[in-house]
Amino acid sequence: MSVPTPGNSPDAMPHPVSGTESESMTDSSTQLPADPVAQGEIAAREPRWKRLPVVWQLRRSMGLQRGMLIVGLVLCAMFILMAVLAPLIAPYGFNQLSDAEGNFPRQGEPSAQFLWGTTVGGYDVFSRVVWGAQTAVLTVLLAVLASIFLGIALGLISGYLGGWLDRILVTIADAIYAFPSLLLAIVVSIVISGGQSGFISGILAAALSITVVFVPQYFRVVRAETVRLKAEPFVESARVLGASTPRILSRHVLRNATRSLPLIITLNASEAILTLAGLGFLGFGINPTAASEWGYDLNRAISDVAGGIWWTGVFPGAAIVLLVLGITLVGESLNDLSDPRLRMRRRASKLPRKTATAMKGAA
Amino acid sequence: MTVVQNQNESNTAAEPAVSINDLRISFSTDAEPVQAVDGVTLHVQPGEVLAIVGESGSGKTVTAKSILGLLPDNATVSGAVVLEGNDVVQLSASQLRQVRGRDVAMVFQEASTALNPVFTVGWQIAEGLRAHGKYSKKQARERAVEILGTVGIPDPEKRVDHYPHQFSGGQKQRVVIAMALALGSKVIVADEPTTALDVTVQAEILDLLRRVRDDFGRAIVLITHNMGVVADLADRVAVMYHGKVVEEAAVRDLFANPQHEYTQHLLGAVPRLGAQTVYRPAPAASTGELVTPVVQARDLEIVYPGRLGRSGFRAVEGVNFSIAPGEVLGLVGESGSGKTTIGRAIVGLTRATGGSLSVLGHEMVGYKEREFRPLRSRVGFVFQDPATSFNPLLTVGEAIAEPLLIHGESTDAAATKARVNELLDSVHLPTHYAVRYPHELSGGQRQRASLARALALDPELLVADEPTSALDVSVQARVLEVFSELQERRGFATLFISHDLAVVGMLADHIGVLYRGELVEHGTGEQVLTNPQHAYTQRLLASVPVPDPVEQKQRREALAAHRAAQ
Repeated sequence: MSVPTPGNSPDAMPHPVSGTESESMTDSSTQLPADPVAQGEIAAREPRWKRLPVVWQLRRSMGLQRGMLIVGLVLCAMFILMAVLAPLIAPYGFNQLSDAEGNFPRQGEPSAQFLWGTTVGGYDVFSRVVWGAQTAVLTVLLAVLASIFLGIALGLISGYLGGWLDRILVTIADAIYAFPSLLLAIVVSIVISGGQSGFISGILAAALSITVVFVPQYFRVVRAETVRLKAEPFVESARVLGASTPRILSRHVLRNATRSLPLIITLNASEAILTLAGLGFLGFGINPTAASEWGYDLNRAISDVAGGIWWTGVFPGAAIVLLVLGITLVGESLNDLSDPRLRMRRRASKLPRKTATAMKGAA
Repeated sequence: MTVVQNQNESNTAAEPAVSINDLRISFSTDAEPVQAVDGVTLHVQPGEVLAIVGESGSGKTVTAKSILGLLPDNATVSGAVVLEGNDVVQLSASQLRQVRGRDVAMVFQEASTALNPVFTVGWQIAEGLRAHGKYSKKQARERAVEILGTVGIPDPEKRVDHYPHQFSGGQKQRVVIAMALALGSKVIVADEPTTALDVTVQAEILDLLRRVRDDFGRAIVLITHNMGVVADLADRVAVMYHGKVVEEAAVRDLFANPQHEYTQHLLGAVPRLGAQTVYRPAPAASTGELVTPVVQARDLEIVYPGRLGRSGFRAVEGVNFSIAPGEVLGLVGESGSGKTTIGRAIVGLTRATGGSLSVLGHEMVGYKEREFRPLRSRVGFVFQDPATSFNPLLTVGEAIAEPLLIHGESTDAAATKARVNELLDSVHLPTHYAVRYPHELSGGQRQRASLARALALDPELLVADEPTSALDVSVQARVLEVFSELQERRGFATLFISHDLAVVGMLADHIGVLYRGELVEHGTGEQVLTNPQHAYTQRLLASVPVPDPVEQKQRREALAAHRAAQ
């Protein structure tokens, strides 16, 4: 994985050898090695897709970090595929209780007809888990998208303009932080759905209640970055040039302030799944006839555990654990890989150690 | 665990304090490993100052740090660094700990980061003593007081209980040197010890280091890029380039008769104070005819607001100056003198609070951004650090096109591109650099691109805030060359802010000397540099080390006499 163009990494390398500084050398008629930049060697840049967040880190990873990232990506891809292809994979609908042959058995053991058995309500567990992936992915997508847009917009404005608006927004964000996040999500979900919900309204309610919890996080990060960038010479330079505030924000601050977001997104997504499952488990989630939801299924499986009926609880639970694990692995690896101090590198090939004549003295 | 023996007794006079043999250091990176040091062999005798000079990235700091075994994890080392009979390269961590402090000590560039802010300096000196020897608390404290007195901290009995923030920058550097002395290290590695200091303080620290060598007989490895410092302090000089020592000679021989091409080039690039005989003639303004000045400051006062309930900080007070069209005004002063504040106030980055500051006929005291914005196309600004003054996500071409787009000078892409190419050409950068990102350019190239951006709209006024102080000497020369060429061709007025008198002397028609927010001297370049009136200007001029060991010796004596007379 050696990348031949060292100039591409956007982060500063902490090792003490900085870029070649020999431009004047090439101007004078000396015999010294010429600057590679002046020779146009770095001009060929990698294609754009190779510099996208996750791809860039994957190409740079190695060893254990690479393994973690790949396992995480595979897990995530598995669940996304499951969500997209749910109608094809699942043998029954998520709220199907009977077919042409009659009603499904209740708490039926895993069999050829019902791969992972059936629940106390008579639903097929396998189908419920597969359809549940759709609900989970959709909710997380909506929640993260909504919180990103709100968080970034508020963070940019608050950080750049400052003043009383900034004070008020920061105070509100702090107030939201002070609430236990699940309690807040429950309150918001009740307010939005009024206790009853169908597929769309249920997912929206869950997504929005998660959004409310997450907006302050994005707001905080973007605001802090904006405040830092505001004092950076390149932003001051834009001000000196007479650029308008919207132009400075969109062209100079926005893209620089959102660099750490892929990281928070992955870490937040796993939290969003847990919140969704928590809401469902407590009975504030989506109606079981409107959509399949792992948390609700877990709740219904509580009484089964004592009776030795393991299949109703294990599969939805494992689905939650694996998806959260997958997203967390991706997030943690991205975090380590984007920090040059934590990133593992191939060691420079060992040079043979020469023993010094005066070595070790009389010791 | 083998205990490292100190072989002091068996050392003969001829044995070097440090000898580095065929040292090779490489760093693993994301891409190819970087060979930072490539077969360096150096010897330093006791009581000798060896200066290692070279541009950034030449491996001088890495070489010096290897003497203390202070290399990062991704370094691979081969060769030998023999210090008091031990090869530092081969020592274990605990053996290294014994060696550090006792045999070798380090003086860092930033003294403020080398001292722990939550302990008193006395405690920090005593800690080192107690780590390496048998000292009681009381003895250690006595020794700390004694050594602080030795390095010239006034009132050491009281100062020993003070915290680092209660010392000035120069005093902090003295404390760090005191720590090295207290432990009796035979070798002191000084990494750019005076770079962060003002010229007048630098001269004092150099005096102290000279005493460390002469009175205490310590060997000093001095890393610096300042050839004036080398001429002032060093006995021998090793010139490094791309990880190799290209030339090693006694200081007088090196300056009088440099052998290697690179050394010749390096010495040729150093701006020399007082070396020039022709000063730029002052243009229009002084010829008697009345011209409206581009910038006019009258009793200018800039106060930074204080925290609640505290009075503000007066950065600039009662400053009067004007810049005529086409004139280059150099503003010099040490850090905190207010020179950058004035530059920022002219472009509205800092608010002028009192008096009057008129820029292109617009009053900047209490200005409104909306009213000033149209005038911004007539003012350019070059920032100190080219690494941070470019948006890392825009290509150089896009960055240079920004001012054109903002002020609606060009709307179609083709015209913009042609203009950008023309601008790159005017700063002698190849036009294909337009598609590169800023980090793909070297520091000097970036600063030239920064100049191109500032000049994109053909401004009448350019404010350059320390444009070359982040650059290597050889690169600085090139940037200054490009600057003066463009200035002569386009004739824009310039406010050139710098702490380096030699650089300002090369470029400026008029020079203003700022001291603690006040303009203490103002005159043509020739007046200020050859016949300074104010005591501070005299001291400043006398403190600048010149890159000539013979001349610097005379200047040093003159400065000592000057100080004694005051």
